[in-house]
Amino acid sequence: MSAPIISIEHVFKEFGSVRAVNDANFEIAPGEFFSLLGPSGCGKTTLLRMLAGFEVPTRGRIRIDGRDVTMVPPNHRPVNMVFQNYAIFPHLNVASNIAFGMRKSGLSKRALADRIEEMLELIRLPGYGERTAMELSGGQRQRVALARALIKQPRVLLLDEPLGALDKKLREQMQIELRQLQQRVGITFVFVTHDQEEALTLSDRIAVMSQGDVLEISTPGALYEAPRSRFVADFIGTMNFFDCTLREYRDGVATADSAELGRVRTTCEAPPAAAGEGFVLGIRPEKFQLAFEDAEATGNAVRGRMGPSAYLGDRSHFYVYLEGRDDPVSVALPNLAKSLERIGGTGRDVWLTWSDDAAVLLPGEEQAGTKREGR
Amino acid sequence: MSDRRASTNATGGYAAGERDDAVVRRVRCPRGLGLNGFGIYAVAYLVFLYLPVAVLPVFSFNDSQYVTFPLKGFTFKWYEALADSHGLLNGFWNSVKVAVSVSILSTILGVFAAKAVTRYRMRGRGGLLGFIMVPLVIPEIILGISLLMTFSLGGVKLSLVTVGIGHLLLCVPFSMLVLISRMEGFDPSMEEAARDLGENAWGTFRRVTLPIIFPGVVASLLLTFTISFDEFVLAFFLCGTDATLPVHIWSQLRFPERLPSVLSLGAIIVVASTIVVFAAELIRRGGVQLKPSGL
Repeated sequence: MSAPIISIEHVFKEFGSVRAVNDANFEIAPGEFFSLLGPSGCGKTTLLRMLAGFEVPTRGRIRIDGRDVTMVPPNHRPVNMVFQNYAIFPHLNVASNIAFGMRKSGLSKRALADRIEEMLELIRLPGYGERTAMELSGGQRQRVALARALIKQPRVLLLDEPLGALDKKLREQMQIELRQLQQRVGITFVFVTHDQEEALTLSDRIAVMSQGDVLEISTPGALYEAPRSRFVADFIGTMNFFDCTLREYRDGVATADSAELGRVRTTCEAPPAAAGEGFVLGIRPEKFQLAFEDAEATGNAVRGRMGPSAYLGDRSHFYVYLEGRDDPVSVALPNLAKSLERIGGTGRDVWLTWSDDAAVLLPGEEQAGTKREGR
Repeated sequence: MSDRRASTNATGGYAAGERDDAVVRRVRCPRGLGLNGFGIYAVAYLVFLYLPVAVLPVFSFNDSQYVTFPLKGFTFKWYEALADSHGLLNGFWNSVKVAVSVSILSTILGVFAAKAVTRYRMRGRGGLLGFIMVPLVIPEIILGISLLMTFSLGGVKLSLVTVGIGHLLLCVPFSMLVLISRMEGFDPSMEEAARDLGENAWGTFRRVTLPIIFPGVVASLLLTFTISFDEFVLAFFLCGTDATLPVHIWSQLRFPERLPSVLSLGAIIVVASTIVVFAAELIRRGGVQLKPSGL
């Protein structure tokens, strides 16, 4: 990895007695699309605002391009921000909004007009320069906010939930546009969102935050397939959790006992716990298969009773009750066949099966008190 | 459909001749505004509001120094006398001087105070706000007496300046109320965006805050000008020998022969302020919308 463009060094931020950010300590590489993901109130926006210069850390340092900018005001930082509600200046037209930050750029009127036209092309709103901000739709405003920041050619672009106000279709379209735009301009993006799907779609790396702590920083794939904590496993996608006790670990395969699943086998690089100790097994809904006859001889399998199911078009969700477990196990299966007949039948016996490499092994100590159900 | 048109006409119907229309409409559409309770109420309200004001111009053209019916004849002589009435004109200009300075100063102070109150986290915000608003509820006569005592204790000579100080005290709360509501109505992230795009605090104020609150600034200027211009009690206590217009008018009421000139000046002021209010309303409408319409 080349020299980091942003270094966040043991940054704390307290508002009175509330600790909004607790020892954030990581680096962001040039050209990265980096997301801060977490539920509302987790400190992600505070961290972003410290990068922008609107908040000063209580402790710790922030470097951008190696320069310590901890105390530098926003107007002297090589970063620009796209605000949650876009903050388009209502008294200016689109062109003046985009040109707002270029007053001291030293460009001639002509050159500036050309730059604005370029930006309008980039955000695919050519000819919109004379429109007033209030004539724009939400998606167009968002793009003007982007252009207004990008025309300054910042080293880093900060985005505070910029897609939050858009409806689902537009949101998905803007996600793709945003990603393409980022690749085209090659600027580092730091993106704040509470929408895990959005973070997975867009990011090179994601930092998952909760209650001021940065829990895990990883690629979308690694966060989804191999989360390191129960919170992350639960927050990103849906996860079924099972308490297990390790029986033995040999040749990269752990064998364990679970009150709900019986004997389970799962591959892993290191033993999840000492023999005889507890840990948590996590299995995502789509990693299960359903069988309607005894499948216990084939490998990992457990018998259950079919609960309610839901048809979602591309896939179906099933809830399966296991003996000794109150909450149903969530199972998701793709609807491969173009059939109008639905599998289902509440109350019927089913077998859940999963492969040896389907499960995630999580440390056991934090299981106490946390809720079991997926989201 | 015709019902709705009738009601929009009649609610805006303070123009002359409107009532005749209403009579006609009463025949044509019995459930329209001409007949129902709201219509009667609206007409009564407007008459109550504007009848006393209408008396002023009517008698200013009446060829008699006594304000009694029947009207005598039409004349411009009171307006001519007005031009020679140095005391009255002097009072008028004194009032304009005070009102212009007070409205400008009060609006400037109001902008800063509104900015502080709405944008900064500070301790004792509620208490501070309460303190600034107190002059709104203190009876002016008490305020006048206490200011008079303060000035005479401090050896300050009474003049238009002391009137201005008194009016400032009275006007700043109004400026603040108007500007705080405007300031609260717009998103602080606009100002942050300006900082983010490279402006310092002053540039942000000049290029973003001021243009957005501009209608509020106009409203504050007008409101405080009006308050100061016709304020009597404080001016009476504090003007010394420099009478403002209300003080001068009050002193003239003892001489019946001077009353018609006061009426003609009053008529001019009524017309002028109506024009100003309509102009201000146009400016306000032309101001930017605070909330995006299509989100």
